[in-house]
Amino acid sequence: MAFWQSRSETTKGYATVAPPLLYAFFLLAVPLGAVLVLSFWSQEFQTIDRTFTLANYREALSDPLYRLLLWRSVKIAGATTIVTVLLAFPIAYFVSFHVPPHKKSLWIFLITIPFWTSYLIRVFLWKVILGYGGVLNSALMGLGVIDEPMTFLLYNANSVVITLAHAFAPFAILPIFVSLEKIDRSLLEASRDLGESTAMTFLRVTLPLAAPGVIAAILIVFIPTVGDYVTPRLVGGPDGTMIANMIQVQFLQLSNAPLGSALAVLAMLTVTVVALIVSLGIGRLVRAPK
Amino acid sequence: MTGPIIKLDGVHKSYGEVDVLKGIDLDIAEGEFLTLLGPSGCGKTTLLRIIAGFEEVTDGVCLISGRDMAGVPANKRPTNMVFQSYAVFPHLTVAQNVAFGLRRSKLGKAEKAAKVEEALGMVGLGGYGARAAHALSGGQRQRVALARALILEPTVLLLDEPLSALDRKLREQMQSELRRLQRQVGITFILVTHDQEEALIMSDRIAVMFGGRIAQLAPPQELYRRPRTLDVARFIGVMNVLPGEVKEKGPAGIEVRVDGLGRARIEPEQAPSGARIGTGWAGIRPETMSVLFAGEQTDRSVAEGEVAEVTYYGDMTYYDVILDGTDRPLTISMKNLIGREVLERGARTRVSWDARSIVWFGEEAV
Repeated sequence: MAFWQSRSETTKGYATVAPPLLYAFFLLAVPLGAVLVLSFWSQEFQTIDRTFTLANYREALSDPLYRLLLWRSVKIAGATTIVTVLLAFPIAYFVSFHVPPHKKSLWIFLITIPFWTSYLIRVFLWKVILGYGGVLNSALMGLGVIDEPMTFLLYNANSVVITLAHAFAPFAILPIFVSLEKIDRSLLEASRDLGESTAMTFLRVTLPLAAPGVIAAILIVFIPTVGDYVTPRLVGGPDGTMIANMIQVQFLQLSNAPLGSALAVLAMLTVTVVALIVSLGIGRLVRAPK
Repeated sequence: MTGPIIKLDGVHKSYGEVDVLKGIDLDIAEGEFLTLLGPSGCGKTTLLRIIAGFEEVTDGVCLISGRDMAGVPANKRPTNMVFQSYAVFPHLTVAQNVAFGLRRSKLGKAEKAAKVEEALGMVGLGGYGARAAHALSGGQRQRVALARALILEPTVLLLDEPLSALDRKLREQMQSELRRLQRQVGITFILVTHDQEEALIMSDRIAVMFGGRIAQLAPPQELYRRPRTLDVARFIGVMNVLPGEVKEKGPAGIEVRVDGLGRARIEPEQAPSGARIGTGWAGIRPETMSVLFAGEQTDRSVAEGEVAEVTYYGDMTYYDVILDGTDRPLTISMKNLIGREVLERGARTRVSWDARSIVWFGEEAV
């Protein structure tokens, strides 16, 4: 009896998780496995040679161009993350601490407005703003602040960072906001009561307690931006090209899917390493004692 | 002693249209255990937060050790607070919590550690220093909050309903411990509570607050025996209230007639709010009255009535008795001595009382 019961319970359990499990398997695990397998094969003109080889990795790691692109991707994503989190924190802090409770959801709603337009359109808009004859340059020239258009704004790493920082701002604001909301306000009063100024209270109480949100924000911004393809393609120019653009070139223009796969695997490994360092390193600095 | 350690003079506090405190005058002596007692919304916590520096007065003065506290922020005041939620920092250890306020002290590392251990020992948490604060029980957090405040040797320790979240046994234990601790360190304690029993147990003096005003400020015994108003009388313990009338008034007291009890002489101090000829209210505590069992004799005043309700508590039995000629039941508490029967509901009984225990209220309204 118990045997049948437990068996039917198990069956029911599998039936319940089957749809998302199948979805995750065919749309996440299978493509990921395919990329991994592909990266150990090689391209022979039109066909793929299915013998195991490390040649793609050797090439990816020895060619300075790939190293440069990967390193640049990490730098641009890192800069984007720092800019985004530094700008997001004050916004989240303001909404959590200085907006009346009944207006908070309205503020959060307003912060998500950038999501209402397509990502692609937002990137194009930055092109219009930052371009040679764009909004920013015309305005500053019209005001007489500058004599000729600034060229360092568009088609380089700066424009990629600006565009990505804008696109990912809500992703950083929301987790930080949530972690600030969870802080018991009497803790801040207790710190004041024990003799600490507002600034020291922020450093000794607010910031450590908001750390989980900050770590989440760092990861949420960094991980997708390392592999971003659209923004560097549209506003990056030659100096703003990132690893994802090279992967796309390998797959679609040079027809070298195995090398593209190897680059993709290396990019994923880099992200994994950085994510681990961030979550373990920063986590340890502020983690509650055991 | 030179003057009060805390002096509040005409303290008003309003939030927009709402007046929370309507003129508080209060002197608190050094080393005193003072309790602010009242129902929720009476302004007691606001008053405590004004002393702590978390709220500014709308009008009036707050002096601590003779110094005007206007514009002095909480971190610059010689007060420390134990919060209702304890506000123990969850990201720190017990020792780090207790040492939180010592950051700017000039003590060396070893001296600080010794001081922390001493403070933890004082609240019965010796050896707990390395524990994570978020893993403590409610009672332990309470003690950490206490040690964290006491280690700074404040002029005044403020306690905002510190025991309300504890279960009954732990609460009673903490009450006596707090009292012992206060005597030991000699620091002025100001406790906010809505629990009248807690106030009676712990305080040197109690300020009973209603609607933003102090209704009565007195030591526990006086407060219990001679409440000034019906509100205070009903808030502290149980008070039976019967309508009555002042018949005669003289220097040696008043002569009253009370519904159901008849005529009685009342000493001047038993009418703390004064008395004038006319109607008023007589208050009498349940334990100053007795149910007379069959054949029992007494030389006290006696009335007859019917038992309307019996509530058995084990050590005590509470009877609600409706005296002949009245319509409101009086509560009478009786110790359950060996051989003493417990009366049934509906039984006829005689009731005796001591006229000296009657308190007279010359108020109009109920």
